[in-house]
Amino acid sequence: MVNIKINDNAIKAKDGSTILEVARANNIDIPTLCEYEELNCIGACRICMVEVLGFDRLVAACNTVVEPGMNILTDSAKVRDARKKNMQLILSEHNTDCTKCVRNNNCKLQDLSEKFNIQDNPYGEKYRSVEWPKNFPLQRDESKCVKCMRCIQVCDNIQGIHVWDVRNHGTRTSVGIRDGVKIDETKCVLCGQCITHCPVGALVERDDIQKVYDAIENPDITTIVQVAPAVRTAWAEELGLDRKKATPRHMVAALKKLGFDYVFDTDWSADLTIMEEGTEFLNRLKHKKDYAWPMFTSCCPAWVRYLKGHRPDQVKQLSSAKSPQQMFGPAAKELLSKTAGLKKKDIFCVSIMPCVAKKYECGVPQMKDVECSLTVREFQRMMKTAGIKPSDVKPCDFDSPLGEATGAAHIFGATGGVMEAALRTAYAIIMGKNPPADLFKGVRGMDGWKEAEFTLKGNKIRVAVVHGLVNAEKLLQAIDKGEVEYDFVEVMTCPGGCAGGGGQPIKDQCEQAKDRGKILYFLDKREKSRFSHENKSVQKIYKDIYGKPLSKKSHNDFHTDQRKWDFQPH
Amino acid sequence: MAKQAMGDPKRVPRLEKLKLQSQTKAEACIAEITKALDNRMDAGVLGACPVEFTKAFVEACGSQSCGKCAPCRIGLKKAAELLEKVLDGEACPCTVKELGELAQNIYATADCAIGFEAGRQMMSAMDKFSDDFDYHVTHDGECGIDRYGQVPCREACPAHVDIPGYIACAQAGNYTDAVKVLRKDNPLPLACGLICEHPCEISCRRNFVDDAINIRGIKRFAVEHSTDYNVKREKSTGKKVAVIGGGPSGLTTAYYLGLMGHDVTIFERRAHLGGMMRYGIPAYRFPREQMDKEINWLIKQAKIKVKYNTDIPNDIKFNKIKKDFDAVYVAIGSHSGNSLRIPGENAEGVLSAVELLGAIGDGKKLDFTGEDVVVVGGGNVAMDCARSAVRLGAKSVTIAYRRRKDDVTCQREELDGALEEGCHLLELHAPVEVVTKGDKVTGLKLKPQVSGPVDRGRPKPMPADKKEVVVKADKILVAIGQAINSTPFEKAGLDVERRRIQNNEFTEVKPGIFVGGDCNSGPATVIKAIGAGKVAARNIDNYLGFDHEIKLDVKIPEAKVGDKTAAGRVKMMERSAEDRKDDFDLMEKGMSKQELLLECNRCLRCDHFGMGAFREGRRQQW
Repeated sequence: MVNIKINDNAIKAKDGSTILEVARANNIDIPTLCEYEELNCIGACRICMVEVLGFDRLVAACNTVVEPGMNILTDSAKVRDARKKNMQLILSEHNTDCTKCVRNNNCKLQDLSEKFNIQDNPYGEKYRSVEWPKNFPLQRDESKCVKCMRCIQVCDNIQGIHVWDVRNHGTRTSVGIRDGVKIDETKCVLCGQCITHCPVGALVERDDIQKVYDAIENPDITTIVQVAPAVRTAWAEELGLDRKKATPRHMVAALKKLGFDYVFDTDWSADLTIMEEGTEFLNRLKHKKDYAWPMFTSCCPAWVRYLKGHRPDQVKQLSSAKSPQQMFGPAAKELLSKTAGLKKKDIFCVSIMPCVAKKYECGVPQMKDVECSLTVREFQRMMKTAGIKPSDVKPCDFDSPLGEATGAAHIFGATGGVMEAALRTAYAIIMGKNPPADLFKGVRGMDGWKEAEFTLKGNKIRVAVVHGLVNAEKLLQAIDKGEVEYDFVEVMTCPGGCAGGGGQPIKDQCEQAKDRGKILYFLDKREKSRFSHENKSVQKIYKDIYGKPLSKKSHNDFHTDQRKWDFQPH
Repeated sequence: MAKQAMGDPKRVPRLEKLKLQSQTKAEACIAEITKALDNRMDAGVLGACPVEFTKAFVEACGSQSCGKCAPCRIGLKKAAELLEKVLDGEACPCTVKELGELAQNIYATADCAIGFEAGRQMMSAMDKFSDDFDYHVTHDGECGIDRYGQVPCREACPAHVDIPGYIACAQAGNYTDAVKVLRKDNPLPLACGLICEHPCEISCRRNFVDDAINIRGIKRFAVEHSTDYNVKREKSTGKKVAVIGGGPSGLTTAYYLGLMGHDVTIFERRAHLGGMMRYGIPAYRFPREQMDKEINWLIKQAKIKVKYNTDIPNDIKFNKIKKDFDAVYVAIGSHSGNSLRIPGENAEGVLSAVELLGAIGDGKKLDFTGEDVVVVGGGNVAMDCARSAVRLGAKSVTIAYRRRKDDVTCQREELDGALEEGCHLLELHAPVEVVTKGDKVTGLKLKPQVSGPVDRGRPKPMPADKKEVVVKADKILVAIGQAINSTPFEKAGLDVERRRIQNNEFTEVKPGIFVGGDCNSGPATVIKAIGAGKVAARNIDNYLGFDHEIKLDVKIPEAKVGDKTAAGRVKMMERSAEDRKDDFDLMEKGMSKQELLLECNRCLRCDHFGMGAFREGRRQQW
């Protein structure tokens, strides 16, 4: 323990903690901009400056470790003036056209500007602009970048992709793409974590809302929308309805209000995915020598992009099953054309995804049945435009029959969920009866790399679950070196899985994946059935149209060869 | 008369009164800032943008313009504006062409050096930075130069030693930790504590405040106050590596490869290890028992085998070694002396520096008592020869140098030390003939020189219109550079240019064969040789199919808050000239604990402050 004083209050601080950590633990406010807990404590913005009595210069609270006897002032005149000056400097190079920014009202810089009562700027405003390909799913606006370096840190340290870097020199130092190449020349996986960690509007997703409006407004087109599992955990965040009260049925009602003709559930096709992917896995196990191991899950398009871009030789190890989003498209069109008398070409399928990479997946020429993918943030913007308040809608059910889902499907949105759902069904197939639903809960949780081993009728099955691509790469290297061996590995690119997805709502400095994931496990527990193979609607579509998993027709509609996908987004 | 001149108040002087020259406040301040700028610029900038740098230079030149001449007054301003356009991404190739023409014009037409030198430097910049200008123009003003390492001392060190890391340990009194930090990147910390040329200090950011940290002195203190420990050696790989040459480069490679678990054998031509540290550096700078202790430690820790007195190709052929080992590192150093190429140089009494220092290194007892000695050369080795001659009892020692005192290539304190010990510098004198009686040397005939035009950064000496002089000499010590005995390796198929064995940036020559140190770079420094050895170790491990990491498990104390105002640098003290000049005992005194703490406290901790906080502040392994 270290004895210090903050604003004249004696405080016992933990050894080795920073001034900022101590202040936060004691409810003392120190404003920050570039700082991001555990990710970026580099003292770049100089907003968190505090005064340490006895020293002429100010110090950055975010990366200064407390020393015994320190007497710290967090709100002296000197501190106030310094923070304001540094804010004005940062603002002088920032495009402050807030009214046209998607981060308006959810912007760290804007908050600080208000907090410091900044009403003018003696340094004027002159910023740099850089051209960016408009069609790329990830959009960057140099004129808004505050050089906090968070995007670099998350890309380097969580995902290990190294898209971003500090560019240029001296007073012209900026953030840009490593080695000065164009974004479409990089191996960016489109996870969107740089977006959710950006304090301002410099990084955003491509806005596809107009495409959706156009479809909704077209009388010849039937619009159907599917909603990914993790979306229901976050869709009403910051829109005035508590997470626990913002049920999936509220969400359905909001989507109906937006004018979609049918509101379906990606969870339905998550159950379908388990049937296809699970069967494929058991098949591969039977013909073990014909395949490279382990088999990888294929639900996460950023992960698929990772393998394609960084380890192309291992793309063949992905399950050939399309992601639930992409299984949904052909299944829905097939079904509606058979049962509702619609022509497939007149159906416009939209997906609401917690993800930026899903925009890429929709554009892959081999899979053209989902016309447009929106992030949760885009969905929220549409609700705002339409004046929809989540608290005011009248809850209603998903449309039938593609709205039915089991508990196993809900947990697809959390790390370990796909694996757990698959194991529940694999157990049932091998053992001929359902396991206790929580038998495989060992693969849940926020550990970066989890593993488990089960013996089912003499078959030992070794599985692993990783999230965050740095963890995925560690696992791949351990496999390369022969240090570990698995049969089936689930990879989700975003920390915590889709619940922490790069397309989710942004709350600065808040990693919400864990809390959102809890909602999914709550929904799972509450569900009548918790096994994908028990989804009646899925059973029916096999009976009526697809026969059985891995049939010729299902192979055609529900499987793909990721090796043939273009890496370049369309 | 006097009264009249001083007196009459009504007298109106025809001539204006003269005034004593005095410095205005502004002038004084400008002088002060100029000095600070000088220090900053000397310390250098890590990866500056050449275009932004040129612009800053042109603007500084413009601020000095007297304003009379158009090309200087207007041209420099317009040049800065055009450079700004290049940086803003608003330039086209024609802008760069225009800049080049403008520079040429300022050079050709400005009236005085304020303008024409600015023009000349700008032309040189435009020429040397032409790729960078092109990059800016074709990339919307972006700079193509990569930013690299963010801790200046560590980047300047060829072995990239974590200097702020060990300074922090030393400050906390954790001297053994400091040595562990050092040995992670450099297995010869004591050698470097005593004799390193410390390129790190040139780049030290403390130069921005006052003066560089005395890094070498801190290192020496830490090593001398550390306790022994053992390092972990990886399990044996079964791979055999031959290291040819047991100097600093070979020892470094051998140490790290040994720790990585490889079976390393050093082939050493002479009777002892150490290379130029032993056969080039006198004991008064690096005492032999300490050198032996340092070398023995690393040989033992890394389980290195040594074959002494094994010359290539006389005792063993290079091709045989190639065949018997999985990989080879060639680090034979640069051990033959350049000759004067003047009449009489084969006479008895003419010795090359390599011969003299080599004999001393091998423990031969030489005696120059009562002799007149002339040393030829102005580098560090010349000073080592001169000061060794003093210690061997010479009656007089004259250092004959063909350039000016200001042009010597040795470290300034080496020359000062020699002069203190009674050596005499004869500057601007070039040897033309060794004067002999029979076979024996009696003197050296020298032709006086004058300083001529600058060539490759230094004024070139030219014969003066003065008579030749003869300096009496019983011994002439020739220290005008060393050559590399690379012939056996050239014959064995390695690529040799100007006697240097060629390699690539990975020290690789061909599969399994690596080359580094003086035999590649030409005579350089111990730390450069260590740096090359470290590069070779990593790449040989890699070549052998491994990814062994050299790791560190030391906790570096956190940086502390402080205003870091100017404070004087602690100077290393030496034994008095009187005291030291008769023996080969260590000449330099170490820092006191008080001095150590003062000096450590000056460290700006660039591992924590500045870009080091963001990235690469510390590398715990390589």
